[in-house]
This record gives sequence, C-alpha cells and structure tokens, in this order.
Amino acid sequence: MPHKTKARIADIEQRLLLDAIYHQYHYDFRAYAQASLKRRLQSALTQFSCKTLSQLQDRVLHEPAVFTGLLQYLTVQVSDMFRDPSYFLALRNEVVPILRTYPSIKVWVAGCSTGEEVYSLAILLHEEGLLDRTLIYATDINPHALRAAEQGVFDLDRVAAFTENHARAGGRSSLSDYYTARYSRVVFDKALREHMVFSDHSLATDSVFAEVHLISCRNVLIYFERDLQNRALGLFHDALVHRGFLGLGSKESLRFSAQAEHFDDFVLEDRIYRKKAGR
Amino acid sequence: MNASAAHASNTPDGGPYQAIVIGGSSGAIDVLNVLLPRLPVGLRAAVIVVLHLPRDRRSLLVDIFRPRCALPVQEAEDQQPIQAGHLYFAPPDYHLLIDSGPRLALSVDAPLHFSRPSIDVLFESAADGYGDKLVGVLLSGANDDGAAGLAAIHAAGGYTIVQDPASASMPTMPEAALARFPRQTPGKTPSNTPGKTPAPHVLTPEAIAARFVQLHAQRLL
Repeated sequence: MPHKTKARIADIEQRLLLDAIYHQYHYDFRAYAQASLKRRLQSALTQFSCKTLSQLQDRVLHEPAVFTGLLQYLTVQVSDMFRDPSYFLALRNEVVPILRTYPSIKVWVAGCSTGEEVYSLAILLHEEGLLDRTLIYATDINPHALRAAEQGVFDLDRVAAFTENHARAGGRSSLSDYYTARYSRVVFDKALREHMVFSDHSLATDSVFAEVHLISCRNVLIYFERDLQNRALGLFHDALVHRGFLGLGSKESLRFSAQAEHFDDFVLEDRIYRKKAGR
Repeated sequence: MNASAAHASNTPDGGPYQAIVIGGSSGAIDVLNVLLPRLPVGLRAAVIVVLHLPRDRRSLLVDIFRPRCALPVQEAEDQQPIQAGHLYFAPPDYHLLIDSGPRLALSVDAPLHFSRPSIDVLFESAADGYGDKLVGVLLSGANDDGAAGLAAIHAAGGYTIVQDPASASMPTMPEAALARFPRQTPGKTPSNTPGKTPAPHVLTPEAIAARFVQLHAQRLL
C-alpha cells in the first residue's frame, strides 16, 4: 500500500477513535493538537497490543479499563516544581504585591496534572505570608493525576532539581522545610494541602466555576488547536476578577489569540498577562 | 503507480520539496554555519531545525544565525503557520512538531533519547505532514536520536541526507542513521532503482550546501 494511503487511513482512524471516546466517555480530544496526540496514540498501541487505532477503538469502546489506561497516555504531563524559575520570581516580585491587597485570594491552576505547580505556588505564597488567606483550585481532566496531586508525593530523585529551581525562583526558605522524606519519596506537608481544592474540570467541555485573582495554566494550551485555545482563554477571562492575572507557559502567548485585546502584557518575558479594565 | 511516484520519475530527486528538516547535536553547529548562510532568498521550502541544547538556558541560535542568513530566522512558536523560505529553530526544552496546516506545534512530552527537543519527534511528524515533499538532513551528534526519524522520512518517500560520518566531529548520530540502510559509498549518489526510494545521500557539509543550491536552481527547493 502506498505510504500516502497508509497515512490517510491513520488520520481517519485517529479521528474516529477520538469521536468514539467523546461519544462514549465524554472526554473531548477532537480539538487537541493532533501531531502530539498521534505520538502518544502510537505508543499506546504497543502498550495495548493493538496493530491499528481501529483495533484500539474496538477495545476502548468495549473495555472501560482500556479507556482508563489510554487516558493516562493521552493526558499525563510531568512537570517540575518551580519549572521556569523566572516565572515564579516574576510572580513573587510583580504579582504578589498586588495579591497582597486582597483580603482573600483565589488561585486557579488549570491542568495541574500531578501537582508540581500547585505545590510550588502554595510554597511561594506561604513564603510571602499569603497562604493563610489563599485557596488554590487545582483542576485537571485526569482523575488519576488529580489523586496523585492530592497525595503530594514525589520521587526523591527529582527533589534536587526542584530545590535548585526553588532557589532560583527567589525561595525565602528551604524546600526541605515543606516535605518529609520516606524511603525513595518525599511527602509534602499536609498544611499546604489545606489550602488546595482538587477538582475534575475540562477546559474543552466545562464552564467557569469560580472567580479568581490569578490563573496559572502553563504548557497546557500547546496541546490544543487554536479554537480550543481560544475557548480556554475565554474561560480564563470570565473567571478572572477585575484586573486579575494570567500566567502561561514560556512558549505560549496571547499574541495570536482571540483574547489578545482583553489582556495587557504584565511581565511579557515570563508570559504573565493582566485582564484589562472594563469587560 | 500513485501520483507522487509518477512525479518522482520525471525528476531524478523527486520534489518540489516544501520543507527541509535538519537535526543535529554535538558538532552540528559548525555544520549549520556552513549550510544555513548559503540558503538563498527565494527558497521555496521552509527550513526547520532541531539542535540539542542545554534545557535551562535561552537559545542563542536565532541571535547567531539571523545576521548570517539571507532567510528570515526565528524561534518556533506554537501554532505558527509555516512559511516557505523561512527558517525556524526549535526552542530549548520543548519538542517541535509539524501539525496540519502545516503549522508548528510544541510539546513538553517526555524527552526522547534524553533529548527535548528530539530530532525523531520533529522528523516523524514532518514525515507524516509532508510525505514525499520533505528533505531530511541528519548531522553530527553523539547519540542515536534522528535515526528512526530519518528512516520515517525515507519510508514516506522524502529526500534524505546524512552527513558523511568521516566529516562529523561526532559520527555516532550519522552512523546510527546509516546503519538502518544498506551500505554505500560517501559522496556517491545512491542508485535510484525504479519504484524504490534511494537510500540517504551521504555528503560532507560543503556538499550538502552545494546540493541545496543545486536543488534550488532546479526549482525543487
């Protein structure tokens, strides 16, 4: 069979599989960036011993456990604590002074995966004396990732990198103040978790659930096609209070989006934006 | 015979090509210094480059190559439409992929061959997106990233070039790619068996630059 024909069939199979997942399980990957998804689906084929996506579709529809496993392949993202330290430094130096003026603070980490960023923000806000009046909503579409995030347990061999990032992010304390090591893992302090609410939420299909002062959503939008990016950014705009803040990943930008005109650049090099006054 | 194969039989090297993807690691920047400044204005293909870089530092590639290149040079941005005659570098710590459009797409999926960006990730998605309208070039490097990707470009009917390992400061990467093909003589154009895509062209940096110029003159690039 010519390569072109094979490639076209693979594209058709991918669309059909995503349709099937949407109709049966209500997870909507149809507007995700397809090239990344394709890589993940190809590795899932090996995991589930399927030759084609059509075979995988059959199993996904008839075996819910296969879908649960596939969801891991499609959604799990591993980040580091304080990834891109300059982002956290900019939050600390530029955004925290304004957050400080609110009697109570709400933060939304959208697409929190296994929680690295949630704990980073909680530690930063604790260092700045704001955690006691802060509630962090941490949302994701992957229930397993949310459960892992809620546990606050990370592999010990990742902690050296976390510690270095934390210091570069202007950390005012020692990261080790916030966890206890147990065998090959560290467990973060339960006191941090009292200020976190973990919840299942889809940027593709759900709506706004709260009014917040800061949204951090980094390296999530790059997995979306433009229309879905615009939908998510629209949710963020609606969820933010008057003059609220939005932080994106270091290679994400509002520049080409439908929401560009509704935000001001705040710390552009660290992709921190501020909702414009008015609407 | 499908349309692209019919077309390929008219011109010895197939084409015209819509994109050139280039991958390299240790020792590749010197080769890019030979190749990229020679790319002519009016190139019909986009040029997309993955070079392994330290993950925690800003890339200086754009600063280095912009003043030396005739083509517009930029760091790839997510969802950016790919323009012919433009040169894009993958940003450090992100994979770079070709999505439908064609557009550039970034991801923070796990490193491959300890590398993010990974050459395989770019090459395989480019092979999907461009099929036989793609030129893939693999340069000097100290690991085997890019070998699978170059094979994917080859399988899709693309034009493949591997830096002659003898000319590479780190021959591991070109050798790993060539190990997937029958043995051939450097500098010699592989025999073009009808109905079968030729094996990679094995060329020195100077010869790769000359090949680009030649393909451009033939209106294939």
